[in-house]
Amino acid sequence: MIYCHVLNLQLIDMSIIETKDLTKTFDHFTAVNDISFSVESGEIFGFLGPNGAGKTTTIKMLTTLLRPTKGKATIAGYDIVKQRDKVRKSLGVVFQEPALDIELTGKENLDYHARMYGIGRDKRKKRIEEVLDLVDLSEKQNQMVKTYSGGMKRRLEIARGLMHNPTVLFLDEPTLGLDAQTRRAIWAYIRKMNKEHQTTIFLTTHYMDEADFLCDRVAIIDKGKILVLDTIRTLKNMVGNDIITLSSSNNNKLINNLSEQQWVKNKEIHDDYITLGVEKGDEKIPRIIELAQSEKIKVQSINVRKPTLDDVFLHYTGRSMRQSNTDAPEKRVPPHFRHRGGR
Amino acid sequence: MTNAELQAVYVMWLRQMKRFVRSKSRLISTIAQPLFFLFILGSGFRVASFEGLSVDYLSFLAPGVISMSILFSSMFTGVSVLWDKQFGFLQEVLVAPVSRFSIIFGRTLGGATTALIQGFIILGIALGLGVQIAGVLNFLMTIVFMLLIAFSAVGFGLAVATKLEDFEGFQLIMNLLLMPLLFLSSAFFPVLDQPILHTIAMINPLFYMVDGLRGSLLGTANIYPPFIDFIIVFIFCCIMLGIGSYSFHKSEI
Repeated sequence: MIYCHVLNLQLIDMSIIETKDLTKTFDHFTAVNDISFSVESGEIFGFLGPNGAGKTTTIKMLTTLLRPTKGKATIAGYDIVKQRDKVRKSLGVVFQEPALDIELTGKENLDYHARMYGIGRDKRKKRIEEVLDLVDLSEKQNQMVKTYSGGMKRRLEIARGLMHNPTVLFLDEPTLGLDAQTRRAIWAYIRKMNKEHQTTIFLTTHYMDEADFLCDRVAIIDKGKILVLDTIRTLKNMVGNDIITLSSSNNNKLINNLSEQQWVKNKEIHDDYITLGVEKGDEKIPRIIELAQSEKIKVQSINVRKPTLDDVFLHYTGRSMRQSNTDAPEKRVPPHFRHRGGR
Repeated sequence: MTNAELQAVYVMWLRQMKRFVRSKSRLISTIAQPLFFLFILGSGFRVASFEGLSVDYLSFLAPGVISMSILFSSMFTGVSVLWDKQFGFLQEVLVAPVSRFSIIFGRTLGGATTALIQGFIILGIALGLGVQIAGVLNFLMTIVFMLLIAFSAVGFGLAVATKLEDFEGFQLIMNLLLMPLLFLSSAFFPVLDQPILHTIAMINPLFYMVDGLRGSLLGTANIYPPFIDFIIVFIFCCIMLGIGSYSFHKSEI
C-alpha cells in the first residue's frame, strides 16, 4: 500500500501532461478518439499526423478551450475541466492561426498578456525585455503588429506564450506556412527555450522533418487515434535501420522469396515497388540481386536509404503522409489570414 | 475580484480605446454618417411640417441621430468579437486565467465608452447648430439614456456575434432588422399618427430609447414621460446584457 503511494507520487511529479481516454465528438464526427498518453517534464513531445487527424482538437481540449466529450486529462497535476484557471496559469499556447491583435504594437500585445496573468508592473517590464530578447524582436517592439512578417508574428507569439513562465508550452503547427529559412530560425528558438528554460513543449506538426529535428518523443496520430508513441530512434528502428526500395519484373514472386530470409525485418508491397526494412542495407543489395537472378527475376531499380518518420507512418497506415495531407479537405483559411513568408 | 480580473477588465477596455483612436477610418465614418443625417435630413425636412411637432425639426432629429450613432457603434463593438474570433485573438483571451465575465465586462465598458464619445461629439455639433438642452438634470438624464442604449446594443451585438459565422450575416441584420426598427422608432420622424406604424412602434424597444433620450434632452416633444421610458429601456438593457453574456459564456471555439 505504502509502496503504491510512493509510486503514485512519483508519477504525478514526473508527468506534466497526462491524458486518459480523451475523446471529442462533434455531432456525428469523432475528432479525437480515446487517446491516452503522458508527457514528461522537460521534454519536447510531438503529435505527428496529417491535416484533420485531430491534433488541433487535442490542443484545444488540453488548453481548456474545448470540453472533452469523454475521458480525463491533467496539466501539471490540475484537471482540465475542474481546475481550469490553474491549468490556464500553467500553460502557454501558440495557436495555429496567429492570435495577435494586429492593431496594437508588439510590446502592447505582451503587456496586455502579462496583465491578464496577474504579473505586477516591475516584473512585467523585466519579463517583456527578456522574452523580446529571446526572440530578437527588441527593435521592433514599438511597431504595429500588422507591419510584422509571418516569421516575426510567430516569434512574438512564442515570446508571449513564455511571458508568464508556463510549465508547458503548446505549439500548434509552429512553422505552418513559413519559408525554409524562417522555419529553421523558429526551430532554433524552440530548442533554445527548451534547453535554457527547461520549458516542456508539446507541439503538433504534419511536417516529418520538424518532428524529426525537434522532438524527443513522438505520437503518430491519424483519424483521431494514436497509432504509436515512442522515441524517434525506436520508431525508425521498428521499420528497420535501412530501407531498401526496389522494383522488379515480378514483385510478388520476389517478395515471397524474400520473406524466407531471416534478415528481412519488415516488408511491404506497393503498386509497383517493394520496400524492405533491413540492417546494413548496403550489404543486402548484392544478396537481393543474387536471389532475384536465381529466380530469373529482373531487378529494374534498387536503392537504400535511412528510414524517415514517413516510413513509420506508411507502415502503420498503409499510406504516406503526403498523400494523407492532400486527401484531407483543405482547412478553411482565408488567404489574408495566412502567414506571409520571408522577413 | 482579484488583481488579474481587474487587469483583464482594464486590458479589454484599454484595447478598445486604443483601437478606436488608431482606426482613423472608423473614427471618420462613425462621425461622418450621423453628420450627414443631421445635415441632409435636417435641412431637407425642415420645410416639411409634421403635425403636432412642438419643436423645430432639427431639435427633434438630433436625439434620434445621437441614438442611431450610439446604437451602431455599440453594436459594432459587440459584433467585433466575431472579428477576434476570425483573427484568432479571442483564443488568446479565452485561455487566459481570468473569468469570461471580466472579459465581457471590460469589452462592454470599452464599447460603451467609445459609443458615448461619439454620442457626445454629435451632441456637441447639435448644440452648435442651435439645439438646446432643457437643463442640468435633463443633461444627466440624457447621459443615463445614452449609457442604457449603448449597453443594450453591445449585449445584442455579442449575442448575435456568437451565433454568426461571418460578416455577411452582420450586414444582413443591420440592414433588415436594425434599419427598419430605427425608422420605426421615431428617430427621424414622428410615427404615432399612423395606426400601423403606431402599433409597431409600441413593441419596438428602439422607440422607447429614442423617446426617452428626446424627452430627457429637450424636456418636450416626447410621447411618454422619461421615467416610463427609463423603466422599459432598463429592463430591455438587462435582458440584452444577460443574453449577450450568456451566449458568450457558452461559446466554444
